[in-house]
Amino acid sequence: MAQPIKMPQLGSDMTEGTLLNWLKNVGDQISSGDIIAEIETDKATVEVPSEVSGTILELIGKPGDTLTVGSVIGYAGEPGEQPPSGGADQAAQDNGAAPAQQEAQPAVETAQAEPAPQAAQPAAAAAPETADGNLPDGVKASPIARRIARERGIDLRQVKGTGPNGRITRADVENFTPEAAPAAAAGVAIPAATYGEIPSGPDVEIIDTSRLRSRIAQRMVQSKQQVPHFYVTTEVDVEAMLNLRKQLNASVTDDAQKVTVNDLIVKATALALRQYPNLNSHFYGDKIVRHKRINIGIAVALEGGGLINVVAKDADKTALGTLAAQNKEMIARAREGKVKPDDVQGSTFTVSNLGGFDVDVFQAIVNPPEAGILAVGTAKKVPVVNEDGTIGVGHRMKLTVSVDHRVSDGAEGAEFLQALKALIENPMRLVL
Amino acid sequence: MATQKVKVDKARLLDWYRQIVLIREFEDRCDELYREKKITGVYLHLYSGHEATGVGAVAALQEHDHVITAYRDHGIALARGVDPNPLMAEMMGKRTGVSGGKGGSMHLASREHNFWGGYAIVGGHLPLAAGIALESRYNNKDAVVLCFLGDGATNNGYFHEAVNLSAVWDLPVVWLIENNLYGMGTPVEVASGQPELHKRAIAYGIKDAGRVDGQNVVEVYEAASEAVEYARKNGPVLLEAITFRYKGHGVSDRAYSERVEELAQWQARDPIIVTREILTGRFKNVEAELDKIDAEVKTIIDRAVEYAENSPAPTYEDLIRNVYVEDANG
Amino acid sequence: MAEKNLPMREALRAALHEEMVRDERVFVMGEEVGAWQGTHRVTRGFLEEFGPKRVRDTPISEMAIAGAAVGAAMAGLRPVAEIMTINFAFLAFDALINHAAKIHYMFNGQFRVPMVLRAATGWGNQATATHSHTPEPVFAHFPGLYVAMPSTPADAKGMLKAAIRDDNPVLFSEVIALYPKPGPVPDDPDFLIPIGKSDIKREGDDVTIVTIGRGVEWSLQAAESLAKEGIECEVIDLRWLRPLDMEPVIESFKKTNRCVVVEECLPHFSLGSEIAAQIQEKAFDYMDAPVKRVSAMDVPLPYARDIELMALPDTQKVINAVKEVL
Repeated sequence: MAQPIKMPQLGSDMTEGTLLNWLKNVGDQISSGDIIAEIETDKATVEVPSEVSGTILELIGKPGDTLTVGSVIGYAGEPGEQPPSGGADQAAQDNGAAPAQQEAQPAVETAQAEPAPQAAQPAAAAAPETADGNLPDGVKASPIARRIARERGIDLRQVKGTGPNGRITRADVENFTPEAAPAAAAGVAIPAATYGEIPSGPDVEIIDTSRLRSRIAQRMVQSKQQVPHFYVTTEVDVEAMLNLRKQLNASVTDDAQKVTVNDLIVKATALALRQYPNLNSHFYGDKIVRHKRINIGIAVALEGGGLINVVAKDADKTALGTLAAQNKEMIARAREGKVKPDDVQGSTFTVSNLGGFDVDVFQAIVNPPEAGILAVGTAKKVPVVNEDGTIGVGHRMKLTVSVDHRVSDGAEGAEFLQALKALIENPMRLVL
Repeated sequence: MATQKVKVDKARLLDWYRQIVLIREFEDRCDELYREKKITGVYLHLYSGHEATGVGAVAALQEHDHVITAYRDHGIALARGVDPNPLMAEMMGKRTGVSGGKGGSMHLASREHNFWGGYAIVGGHLPLAAGIALESRYNNKDAVVLCFLGDGATNNGYFHEAVNLSAVWDLPVVWLIENNLYGMGTPVEVASGQPELHKRAIAYGIKDAGRVDGQNVVEVYEAASEAVEYARKNGPVLLEAITFRYKGHGVSDRAYSERVEELAQWQARDPIIVTREILTGRFKNVEAELDKIDAEVKTIIDRAVEYAENSPAPTYEDLIRNVYVEDANG
Repeated sequence: MAEKNLPMREALRAALHEEMVRDERVFVMGEEVGAWQGTHRVTRGFLEEFGPKRVRDTPISEMAIAGAAVGAAMAGLRPVAEIMTINFAFLAFDALINHAAKIHYMFNGQFRVPMVLRAATGWGNQATATHSHTPEPVFAHFPGLYVAMPSTPADAKGMLKAAIRDDNPVLFSEVIALYPKPGPVPDDPDFLIPIGKSDIKREGDDVTIVTIGRGVEWSLQAAESLAKEGIECEVIDLRWLRPLDMEPVIESFKKTNRCVVVEECLPHFSLGSEIAAQIQEKAFDYMDAPVKRVSAMDVPLPYARDIELMALPDTQKVINAVKEVL
């Protein structure tokens, strides 16, 4: 019996990806977990593991096609068996997958065109649900309402629900009239078009905005437009922490085990979040989801531009050496463009460290729906006033936390920083 | 009981001998096939040791009488004249089995032989026997139901309710307890306040036909004949046959090593030996005939095994058929 | 054909009477069916009319009542056995499930078991934990057995006659509270309601109420009341728990997109569970709301009237449930 190979979700907010290469061919024998393709997602190039075993009967899509999460990208079964799809085109259509959709919706890719008119092209209109059948955040709709919306190309985010708990019902969808310009609802447009015509000629080089760049652009616009940021900065004495790091690293021979300043900051941040769990939350409008696990996203700058968050899971509970080794591996994978899905999922709070670039202080942009992000400056030797009034040399670093004001207030941000400062200045707690 | 002897001629005795060795051979072959995994499943309750009881009692019936039993049913089916081929096919779960491969060892039946089946819930078939007997009374027939049950079945509620119902409704049932002294591993004396099981009859006000030696086919036949005729004329009667089971409760059960000595004593009075002795004692130069029967029986069972092995397995159609009666308006 | 207005007990009596007159093989057996005239008076006058051969009082022996009915049915009679209340049918469970329901299959069609086991069901007036069961879904779990549960006198008559004439075993559950309730009943001696045929007791576009037995009454009352608020309920009386007539339910659901299941039974692995499961399997894309269940509470029934009633479904609970799915 032929089994479908489905496009897995390779990141918490990933909905689709662009096929770079098939790594297997029709006729190849695969086992569950074998890597069958490389795709580029919003965040990185990711390897796609198969969830089924068997002989590959069919691979659907060619390099450059957009594959939606959950769509059937191939079939595996017994050698010689006929795939049930009756050919790739049919399957692609059945799954609402790539080629057709891409053509119908150039707006998404280049952000030039006007938003696609709703309801005019039912077959090609953007499914308001994500491809795996999940509704967008905060939207509730009954199965029949979802089906009708799908058929008519109605974006459920625009429909007001009148059912129990605000659920969108069949009647709500049937009675819905789309607004004239639902541009904001799409939430994907990058405001490039508003700057007028794109310059051309010998003086400029035109570069296509990469998926990653587009994604960053969208997210940051969304954050800056919607998230009311506030910022709190403090200076911490890092002498003890740097000494501790020196001692720790002197005691290990394996480079993989060596601890970076950033590892120590991540650990300290996680422990401080334990004391201020409200900052370890995600914001969903009328609900704030407080996470019990503390997973610290670490912003990694990529060569050639862009950045990606790898996630140190349970950073508060993971031993420092383990944490350091894991971070090292994830960061290396990120820089090679080979992150694993798990590397980039589940962040509850982010640390952005520009300490390597000789910066005093900077403010990072919150990565929604997270409630906060810590910006880490360079540790510097500076003149300090000692307790006895004399002037001496101290080792100082500036930390700035950016917080979503919808979740928290200035005082909590400041208290959190104080707690973080105390941990860094008494760093033995980081290794206990 | 057993005071008035019924005349048994040589042909009948030879026929009973043939049935006894047929059952033994069938059961021995089942045991082998089970070990060879040609008969599978968890349940296979062999009749070895009980043959004289089954053959003697069934011989007391007329064709229009009825037989029903529990799950140790192979021997009863053979004694009632059911063809060994479809019986063996049923053991192997074949489409040609008496129950189409859907009943298995415990659920053999043959409507045309008035053999109403083997039933696997201890005591569960007792009220069925009462119901079948009711039909005989209801329609003024003189058919009798011979209901075999084990000693173990006398202790559950079905026994009480069914025997009592047969009493108050005067039903023509012969309740025949095959007392093989153990209910699985539990001795009768441990399980029954009154281990002389035939005495249970007294409590229900029905005829107590006493105990009979279940190893002696002639004695069983004589006692059963009286009981059957009593039931036909009057109503329910309870008869107890003492016998012994040679194998485990089922083939997948432990053999009873602690019973080795007891088993040897019983095997010295094996139904085959006892029947041979009766025949050789009464008739001259009968050994050759008996040996010939032994050989014939082997051939019959060989053929049955071959038939079963060459039979097709049931299909998906069989799986879903007969859940309900299809032409359901009687 | 003419009709008579009869309470359900009389409709059942008429059905039994007609079938006994029609077919010599049909007889009744059970506790107090004869001399006592039937615990629920369904066999009133039968002993005098048909005599002790066909109207058979039994000892208090539920295992044997059910088991002997199986045997008699196998042998060619058409027993209508009565278990005084379904609470005692648990004693007959083995005969019914391991024997009646299995014999046709197990012996590959060699035997038929054309029996009906009648049992009075439902909670009574403070009958307490052991005498207040409505356990039909338990019996409906098993293939090989049919389970009937009429809600009106006419249905009771047509269904019982169909059950008696059918060659399969049928558990025929009669709701005690409905015995005295009258309704029009056809006189036609061949009036039959086919096995497994449901009935739309009221049409409506807004919510599908799926119910059986006593639930029909509550559902119709609720529908009446809701109609005044402009909410139109379609009330489907399944009539049989097995075979389960799902097609009209699915059809109705595709129209209303909402469903409330109303039953007197307990909620755990109940009619509601089954209907909800089948709706999501067969009509997921038509759902506008989760399927709502109205059933007895998941407790044994107590003696005290105040709390007994709390545990049981009623019209108001149906109304509330309908509003919850709108």
